[in-house]
Amino acid sequence: MRKTMTLVTVLALASIMLAACGGAAPAPAGEPVTVKETVIVTVEVTPEGGGGVAETTPVAPPVAGGERLQTVLDRGNVVCGVHGTFQGFGFLDTAGAWTGFDVDFCRAWAAALFNDADAVEFRALSAQDRFTALQSGEVDVLSRNSTWTWTRDAELGLTFGPVTFYDGQAIMARKDIVSEASAGLDALEGANVCVQSGTTTELNLADQFRAAGVNYTPVVFEDQNLAFQAYEEGRCDAITSDRSQLATQGQAVLSNFADHVILDVVMSKEPLAPAVAQGDDKWADVVHWVVYGMIQAEELGITSQNVDEFLTSEDPVVRRLLGVEGELGSKLGLSNDFAYRAIKLVGNYGEVYERNLASYGLARGQNALWTEGGLMYAPPFR
Amino acid sequence: MQIRAFWRDIRFLQVLAQVVFILFLALAAGFLYANVSANLARQGLTVGYGFITNPASFDIGESYIPYQSSDSYGRAILVGLVNTLVVSALGILLTTIVGIIAGIARLSSNWLISRLAGAYVGVIRNTPLIIQLMFWYFGIILQLPAVKEAVALPGPVYLTQRGIYLPWYEAMPSFDSWRIYVWLALASIVIIWFIFRGIQSRSDLPIPLWWYLAYILAPVLILWVGLLFQPEPPLKVNIPELTGLNFRGGLQLTPEFAALLFGLVVYTGSFIAEIVRAGIQAVSLGQVEAARSLGLTTGQTLQLVIFPQALRVIIPPLTSQYLNLAKNSSLAIAIGYPDLFSIAGTVINQTGAVLEVIVIIMLSYLSMSLFTSLLMNIYNSRVRLVER
Repeated sequence: MRKTMTLVTVLALASIMLAACGGAAPAPAGEPVTVKETVIVTVEVTPEGGGGVAETTPVAPPVAGGERLQTVLDRGNVVCGVHGTFQGFGFLDTAGAWTGFDVDFCRAWAAALFNDADAVEFRALSAQDRFTALQSGEVDVLSRNSTWTWTRDAELGLTFGPVTFYDGQAIMARKDIVSEASAGLDALEGANVCVQSGTTTELNLADQFRAAGVNYTPVVFEDQNLAFQAYEEGRCDAITSDRSQLATQGQAVLSNFADHVILDVVMSKEPLAPAVAQGDDKWADVVHWVVYGMIQAEELGITSQNVDEFLTSEDPVVRRLLGVEGELGSKLGLSNDFAYRAIKLVGNYGEVYERNLASYGLARGQNALWTEGGLMYAPPFR
Repeated sequence: MQIRAFWRDIRFLQVLAQVVFILFLALAAGFLYANVSANLARQGLTVGYGFITNPASFDIGESYIPYQSSDSYGRAILVGLVNTLVVSALGILLTTIVGIIAGIARLSSNWLISRLAGAYVGVIRNTPLIIQLMFWYFGIILQLPAVKEAVALPGPVYLTQRGIYLPWYEAMPSFDSWRIYVWLALASIVIIWFIFRGIQSRSDLPIPLWWYLAYILAPVLILWVGLLFQPEPPLKVNIPELTGLNFRGGLQLTPEFAALLFGLVVYTGSFIAEIVRAGIQAVSLGQVEAARSLGLTTGQTLQLVIFPQALRVIIPPLTSQYLNLAKNSSLAIAIGYPDLFSIAGTVINQTGAVLEVIVIIMLSYLSMSLFTSLLMNIYNSRVRLVER
């Protein structure tokens, strides 16, 4: 009897372990701490074409390669992993509305697929949970200011692209410690630096300070807002994050942004891009080409305001992009006017940028079109 | 022996029920395992512990063992484990003291003391721990003055929002030649314990409390003799000093560590207070009356009659509170203390080895808890009612 009990215990334990790691539980890091995850806004949707199927398939079970697009079409909405508490990129405001740069791309995919920019179900994910959520099929696409790196692309089994925001890691310090933005990292000798865990930032911080031979103490938080709060309270001399994040969060969270200075030192390249699970090229193509369509639209001067006038354009490039001629959309498994829908309902790349980030004083810089000296470049639509 | 239909044989049915149950469990485990492997295969992911020797390349704020960012992931997880062990061990020690004091205070005949203890238990036990940790961290410790305006207490002890700085001892080069005296001092404590036990077994009266001073006096005497032969002291006091942006030297309790420790101690202490109260009240009043009628003082009654019997009731639930404290320390992630769970989370994110690291976390907490239970069970069997 005793032996049997031991066996039963071992088996029970093993099943608990497996259950904790299996596809059904995508957030093993989810102790009660990750409160953010529970913020879910369900958008009501009339499924297009699929009929009643959508009702019987609730949230995505993991699907074999190549079937994600069909799953999304059948379900009638896009499940999009976003930040949730990051103003300017992914933010759930007090009125319950989602806003932000990353959020608008989710809307664009929904618009392209369903001609309805609200056919999105947003999932707020922590930095630690985000990739697991994607791997397990809990979200269709991740649009959560995530840096495209080799490890994530190759080892985590993700497919990134295209880059929607070229960012770089920066460090912000109090003015009474570092007065000039031009100061080097050695001005921070012996400093405490607040940083968010599970980010590339945490690694770059270690690399850069080690390379510069500067001693420091990291204070690592699981949540970016807590890191900012601790910095505000004076726990740290400096805080490090992506430059965009320091600018937007700094203005939103810090009581007096003018007392702080963001150093000019660029600590890393941080290309932020949406990601999908690896092994589903069809779905990845849809995600990529909707974004390219928005970049191309800005290059052609097509905005959400004037897109209808362009429908009668004689320019073949415009006509192909908007689906007036050719079958670019149906080759992807979409409607031919998918780019038109995204532009009409959400806007071109420049509009999305302007709407979400201009108010934080983030200049276009590297994120300008290639024709204006930036890096935003869409492959040809033909 | 008469042969009966086997489905009517109770022994067979009992075995059958167990076999069916185990088959069911095995099937469930098999399904979960297949699900995991299928998902991993679909993602093109492989499972293995190869990553554990790769350089971690992230820094950790506080560590009790040497660590730098070029060390391996395994080392980083070990740092987290040690951090968890330190906060749990200290927490268990302190929370026991807090709990016993509060538990006895609740039974005090002094109105104010018993009401204060009641309020402590009522408030702390009924609010979530995570909220309390946030309160300690953001509400109390980070509200202390900045480093440059540190509150200096005698010692000197500095209270700042960067942590609490205490003077601490540092080993001198002469420490090695002192080793013999340190061992002698420790041995003297053990010898005294045996002597006391011997006296106690031959006498019915308890050892007078002041005799216990011998535990302190004997080692001090030995070390003092050592000082006669070795003029240089083995340790020197290292006083914290403000250099640059922060204090250096001495012992630093980081705000994260302090907040976590306070939070865990205060929270668990409120549960232990109730356990202690229940244990004491479980001793029947007749025992107390009998002790008093034998002429024992209040202190003697408590020491010789009430506590030995109360411990039997107290120890088992106390064990689960200790386990709770150790497991609750994983909430450290919310206030930035680099415990096992927090560091393992970072490792998961950097390597993508979810399955492997979760197994490490679970096994670590499991062995910690089993070890604590083992110790407490040994102790429990010693205080148990011995029937002759």
